[in-house]
Parts: sequence; structure tokens; C-alpha cells
Amino acid sequence: MLRKIRQTLAVLFFTAITLLFLDFTGTVHWWLGWTAKIQFLPAVLALNVGVILLLVVLTFLFGRIYCSVICPLGVMQDIVSRISGTRKKKKFRFSYSPEKKVLRYGVLVVFVLAIVAGIGSLVALLSPYSSYGRIVQNLFAPIYQGGNNGLAYLAERADSYAFYETEVWMRSLPTFVIAAITFIIIAVLAWRNGRTYCNTVCPVGTVLGFLSRFSLMKPVIDTEKCKNCSLCTRKCKAACIDYSNHRIDYSRCVACMDCIDVCKHGAIHYRMRSKKKAASLSERPQNPDQKQIDAARRSFLSATALIVGTATLKAQEKKVDGGLAVIEDKKIPDRKTAIVPPGAQSARNFAQHCTACQLCVSVCPNSVLRPSTDLMKLMQPEMSYERGYCRPECNKCASVCPTGAISPLTIADKSAIQIGHAVWVRKNCIPLTDGVECGNCARHCPTGAIRMVVSDAANPDSPQIPVVDTERCIGCGACENLCPARPFSAIYVEGHEVHRTV
Amino acid sequence: MEHHTKKEISRRDFFKIAGSAGLVTAGLTACNDRKVSEGTATQTTLGEMTYRTNPTTGDKVSLLGYGCMRWPTLPGGDEPMDQETINALVDHALAHGVNYFDTSPAYCKGRSERATGTALARHPRNHYFIATKLSNFAPSTWSRDASIAMYRNSFKELQTDYLDYLLLHGVGMGDDGMAALHSRYIDNGVLDFLLKERRAGRIRNLGFSYHGDIQVFDYLLSKQDEYKWDFVQIQMNYLDWRHAKETNPRNTNAEYLYGELAKRNIPAIIMEPLLGGRLSKVHDHIVARLKQREPDRSVASWAFRFAGTFPNVLTVLSGMTYMEHLQDNLHSFCPLQPLTDEETQFLYDTADLMMQYPTIPCNDCKYCMPCPYGIDIPSILLHYNKCVNEGNMPEDRQAENYRQARRAFLVGYDRSVPRLRQANHCIGCSQCAHHCPQNIDIPGELHRIDRFVEHLKQGTL
Repeated sequence: MLRKIRQTLAVLFFTAITLLFLDFTGTVHWWLGWTAKIQFLPAVLALNVGVILLLVVLTFLFGRIYCSVICPLGVMQDIVSRISGTRKKKKFRFSYSPEKKVLRYGVLVVFVLAIVAGIGSLVALLSPYSSYGRIVQNLFAPIYQGGNNGLAYLAERADSYAFYETEVWMRSLPTFVIAAITFIIIAVLAWRNGRTYCNTVCPVGTVLGFLSRFSLMKPVIDTEKCKNCSLCTRKCKAACIDYSNHRIDYSRCVACMDCIDVCKHGAIHYRMRSKKKAASLSERPQNPDQKQIDAARRSFLSATALIVGTATLKAQEKKVDGGLAVIEDKKIPDRKTAIVPPGAQSARNFAQHCTACQLCVSVCPNSVLRPSTDLMKLMQPEMSYERGYCRPECNKCASVCPTGAISPLTIADKSAIQIGHAVWVRKNCIPLTDGVECGNCARHCPTGAIRMVVSDAANPDSPQIPVVDTERCIGCGACENLCPARPFSAIYVEGHEVHRTV
Repeated sequence: MEHHTKKEISRRDFFKIAGSAGLVTAGLTACNDRKVSEGTATQTTLGEMTYRTNPTTGDKVSLLGYGCMRWPTLPGGDEPMDQETINALVDHALAHGVNYFDTSPAYCKGRSERATGTALARHPRNHYFIATKLSNFAPSTWSRDASIAMYRNSFKELQTDYLDYLLLHGVGMGDDGMAALHSRYIDNGVLDFLLKERRAGRIRNLGFSYHGDIQVFDYLLSKQDEYKWDFVQIQMNYLDWRHAKETNPRNTNAEYLYGELAKRNIPAIIMEPLLGGRLSKVHDHIVARLKQREPDRSVASWAFRFAGTFPNVLTVLSGMTYMEHLQDNLHSFCPLQPLTDEETQFLYDTADLMMQYPTIPCNDCKYCMPCPYGIDIPSILLHYNKCVNEGNMPEDRQAENYRQARRAFLVGYDRSVPRLRQANHCIGCSQCAHHCPQNIDIPGELHRIDRFVEHLKQGTL
């Protein structure tokens, strides 16, 4: 019974949070956004005291049910492990193993140091919620979006507007590779040994495990009834039941209730127990699970970028009708300061709070956010405008962020926050290079920060060029994105270290 | 500028899909006179094609002429000509009495003449009349040598040693119509050269196609004694009859143009009888009005019968991309059932009703293309018109259908036009504007549509 309840709740949470990462329309979030906000690490980084207290109390009362119900990475491992268990003779494939204390606490120490030192990439690499987010965003979302695009294709033929097409593109190769490797390692560990990751690497598991030693409710082996049949041990995916000594390592028990269900003699009960026994553990070093990945900064971007026929339309000898000019892809300009979304307050605040879960990247409807390739903040999102710009009516990233890296803000607030400022590049500007009228940047500036002025003050007929009033510019990138100059725009946005309010 | 046609929306879209899927349905339906469409019963037998006689050469010209500006293309990057289907269309047209084919060196990215020539060369030369144009629009082709080279190249492409009809192409267009006329044809002696070619018999009929500046039209007709125009090609349909000037002050009502030609007994060749499909893709209310009156006839047939009813018209051009366009048009002209006065008045009233719908007068001729900055101009304007005609243009956020109309407009916009080719990328360089035979202020309209889209997106309508 308890196991069924746990499974039902776990499936609900898992589905909700997965949908959160898959949905690109921004509608699911309104209903299910809270499932991201009750995740442990995001709550810690957001200093969300309420949620932290709730989770701590929950663990003190019932043990690590956070790990088996709320944590999507944990549930994912259970699913993998369950599939593995359906194989012949693999139903009872686990065995007891002692706690790997040095590894567990070692990782935790490194993790805390990384948070304090602001090494966002390391925090992001170890955070379970973020790992899961990256896996969904990088591996499953493209499949989901592909399915949606198939439906959109059919809808278009049926003259229906129920579905619309969305762009499927790889935001960052290193992040994709890390997500894929994380998924493979965790899936293999779960396939073979259940919750190895949760009990040897996961820093959240270690913290909650420390608390759950003292939890009020826990599974207890009744030594009177126990026949030492070992079924519970062989069913325990956390490898924490030492049946011969009738001991359970509560720091690793995730309160999955599998043992209670499997015991034929009714010898295990989930009940209050105050006495605690510390299991003696032999220590054996193990290889760390995570791998560091080398990221060559932007070279990969140009490498993966489509090779575009740069053939410009040559002056034809005769004018013919029809046809479309080739449009060269835009390239990312070399920004001195990365741009982070409105609501981030400052680059430092953002780097300190972001766990690189990719939730904002998944919901950004304008293809602006993508994971950084900078080693210090690897996988933490940054903005770029070669595919779209930060639209004035959108504040989705701020409304989804569970960690406080991007604080919620209204549309009106957003339009008054300077996240950067536009910089004009004379050598690319179309009126000067092509000799045609343009002004597309000025026409689309939402704050009216760009004006067109004559390039030669002495000659009122000289071509008009844009000038930027940096006091009014908010750095949304409309000008950069809509600039006709390609591959490099004639106007681009430099980020601000600290965001300002106009 | 010329001619041409599209049929009802639903059918056309359906065949677009079929075409892009690579189905050559045309060949199969070619030998079948039965009209396969919307489930309406139509006449199943065709009578004789109606012919008109050219007073100078005595040519018996079919009242339905084939416009070769909208030939079908194959899907794929460069959109190559679908020669197989073109051959089938030409064969079917000739078999049913169509004998006038109108092309130009500029059409279909410059590939129309060759495709038309290839299809026609499979038939005896005296079974059809070829019309082409001297399309020296680009200043680089204004010199006498370049213009004559273009003229001579037409013979090669069309595989012929004489042209039945040759036109000065699109006189009156551009910012200064008179200046362009002089630069292209008069000052460089090209017109004199063409007159000589007519005397030599290599051009059997010489005329011009006209758009835009009325000065140019009047000037050329005033020189009738000198130039002896054998025919003139004008844009005429029941909307432009009295509303052309209202739509755009720079244009002239067809009533005047036709009247001037009839007065001088110069045969008129009609282009844009259907406004590139704008008179078949009309507002739902107009469709109901026309269909109610003649349930068995297509919406397009009204426009063709209108043009054909005028006695001084030599032929009515239609750019039939699909076999179904051709079949439907054959029903309108085999034979022509002229409109009664009452029916004509009914169409004038219909035109008055149409004027209340703010569509943009784009006929999808693609003269504005390619835009050097990659904008897909006709697709944007056509999407806008589609939304106007389908009632998906919300007035404000309080409108009853606001949410549904907003979604239809925005989702449909992304479907019809790739994002990088949408109106927000128009920089307003105006290089397209003077190519437009309808004199549309293209950058102005694109910026207006862009502002509308911004309002929809930001919810500030």
C-alpha cells in the first residue's frame, strides 16, 4: 500500500516536471511551475526558507521521501531500474554494500565549496535537478518538439491553427554532450545497481541522508519475525539493508517501501523508531562518476553552424521576376560582457544562483537563451540575438526560474531594465555599405533609444545612420536581430555587469 | 504586369499540396473534360472555343489566351520548371482551341520563354500564335545593342523565326513613366528597329503592354498614325473598371483605357482579368453572392466572362498554373456566354461591395522579387489578404473573435512566410517599389503589416 502511494505520487511529480521542460508554449508552467520551485537545491539558492524548512521537516518525519517522490532524477533512476528488473532472473539483483563515506562527504564538501566560490559550472554538474533538466531539454525535448512539428504539419494541411511549428536546434554542443554523458552514466548505474548515484555522488542525497538518520518514521526489521531470507536486501535498490544483522542504513534508505512489500513474513514495518544504529562501514574508493568535458569556446558553434552559400546576388544582366535572395545566417558577435536576462539583477547574482537546469532555455520562445560555453559558468544560460530577440511581451524565463537567478518581474518592469546597451558598428551599416535607406533598428526599438541622423553633419543629404541613446537602451536586441547586415550585424548589444533601471 | 489567374482558394490550395507532393495529377485529368472539383455538378461537355479576328492580320485568335507567367515549378531549392506538366497543359490547351501564348524574357526567373518554346515546338508552328515582350527593365539593358540582343534571344528560346505578337513591356511603370519609355525604346532607336522588323515580317503584330502613368498611354496612342499599333495590352476586370483609381490614385480605370482603344479600333488584349486570383480568392460574403447567383459556375468564371463580353477584346489572358484552372476557363470560353447588361451591373455592384474590404492589390506577379534583403514580399501581402478575406483581422482586443483571429493571423504568418523573410526585416530601401505594376507602396504596406503584427504579438491592438 505504502509502496503504491509512493509510486503514484512519484509518477505525478515526474510527469509534471518533465512536462515543464518539454512545454515550449509556456502554458503548462502556470499550473505546474511550483514543482520546480520545491526542488531542494533551487530552493536553497533562492533562499526560499519556506520550502527548505518544509523539506527538512518532511525528511525528519518520513525519511528521504523527497528522493523517491519529488526528485525527478531519482524517479528516472527508479524507472530505469524497474525496466532492468523485468529481465529474467534480475528481479532480485541487488545486494547490500557498505556506505562510501569518503566519496559522499567528499563530493558534498566540493559542492559546497563550489557554491561559495561561485564556480557555477561545478554546481550545475552535480545538482540532480539540473542534471535532469539538461537531460530532458537536450535529449527528450527535441523528440517532443519533432512530434509537435509533425502535428503542426498535419494541422496546416487541415487548415487548423491548433498546432504551430517550433524550431528545433542545438543550443550548445558541450551542454548536449554533458547531458548525454550524465544520462548514460546514471542510466547504466541504475540499470545495474539502482540508486548508486543518489547514495554516493548526489550532494542533495548526502544532506538529506544525514537528516534522515534521525527521521521519526522509518522501515524497521522485526527480528522476531525475520527468517533471514535476504529478499529485502536483494530488492533494495539503495543497497542499504544488511539482512544478516537486521540493520538498515537510514542515510541511504530513500523510503521506497519496496522491502515492506516484498517481505513474505511481514517482518518489515514503516513505523516510529528512536533507536539508531550506525553501521560500520568499510571504505573503498570508487571512480568518480562525472567527467569533465573540454569545451572549446565558440569554435564549435561555427563548426556546427550550417555552411551557408555566401553567394550574394550578383547584378543580373536583365531583370527577371521571382526568386528569393539567399539569407546568410547571422554570427554571434564577440561580446565583452555576456548578457543575462532581465530579472537576473547582475551577472554575479545570476552566476551564484543558477543551477543550469535549462528550464528558462526550454521556455524561451524567441531562441534567445542558450547555455554558456564559458568554463566558469558552463551551461548557465546567456542571451544572444542572432535567432531572435528578447520580445517586449515576454517574461517567461523570469516566471519559471526556481532558483532566484532570474527573479520574477512584470512586463512593465522588464521594459525598464537595462540588461545591456546597443553598440553601432560603422563598417557593417547598410546605408554606408550598400547606399540604401534603412533605419530598421530605429523602427523597431521598443524604447525609442535609436534615432537616425545624417552621417555627415555638413551634408543634409548624406546617408542616415543610427545613433544610440544608451540612457534609454534596455539591451533587448531588436536592433541587432533585425539589422539587415549579415553575418555580423551593424548594431549589437553589450551586456551590463549590473542591471540598471531606467 | 500581364494576365493570369487562380481558381478558388480551397481547390487551389489542395492542388498546391498535391503538386508539392510530386503528384502529377494533371496528366491523368488531361483527357477528361469532366470538371473534378468541389462536388458541384457542372457542364460536362465543351462546345467550340470562341474566336475573335485580328483586323490587321486576320488572325483567328482564341478568346482565352494562355499567360505563361505562372508556369508550374517543381519543389526544391531552385524551383526548376516542371516541363512535363507544362507540356501537358499546352497540349490540352491546344487540343481545346487555345492558340495564343503570351510570355516574356522576364517571367519565371527568366525561364518562361524556354519552357513555353519547348512545349510549343512539339506542335506545328501555324497552329498557334506566340506573343513575347522586350523586357528591357534593367538600365543595363537600355542600350540599343543590349535590347536587340534580348529581342534576338527570344527567337532562340522560343525556337521560331517569327513572332506573331511583340510587346513593349510594361510602359508607364517606374517613378517617371515618360522618362523610362524614352530611355528604353525611343531615344535608343529600339522602337524604330522594331518597326523595321515588323515590315520585314519577323514581327507580325506590334503593340505594348501598359501599367501606371496614363501620360505614357495617351502619348503612345496619340502617335497611332506613326506607329500603327496592331494591339494594346491593358489590365481590365470588373474591379478595375471603375475602381482602379480609387485603389491607387496613380492608376487609371479600365473603362477609360478600353474606351480609348475601342474608339481607335485597336484590339485590346486583356491582362489580369482575375487580378492574379484576387477576384477568385474573395471575401466569404462575395463568394456567397456570386455562387448564389450561379451555383454551377466558379467565382473566377464571372471575371473571365466579364472581360470576354467586350467586343473589341482580342483575347483574355490567364496564367493557368494547374490543369483545373485551364479546364474551368475552357468552360467559360467554349463558347463564351456573354454577360447580359443586368449581369454586368450585378458585377459592378459586386465590385462596389469588394471595395469595403481593405485587401492590398497584389496580384502575385513577383515583379518585385527577388528582394535583395530576402523578404518574401508577395507571400506577406497574400497572407494579409487571406486574413482580410477570412475575417481574421481583429479591430481591437474587444472584438468577439480576437483570440481566434489573432492566432490564425500569427500562426498562419509563420506558416506562409519563413521568419527571416517576414515584414519586420524590410529595411525600406524601396528597390522593389518601382517594379510593381500595381503601383503598391510596398515598403509602406510591409511596415504597416509589421506594426499590425507587433500589436497582435504585444496585445496592444
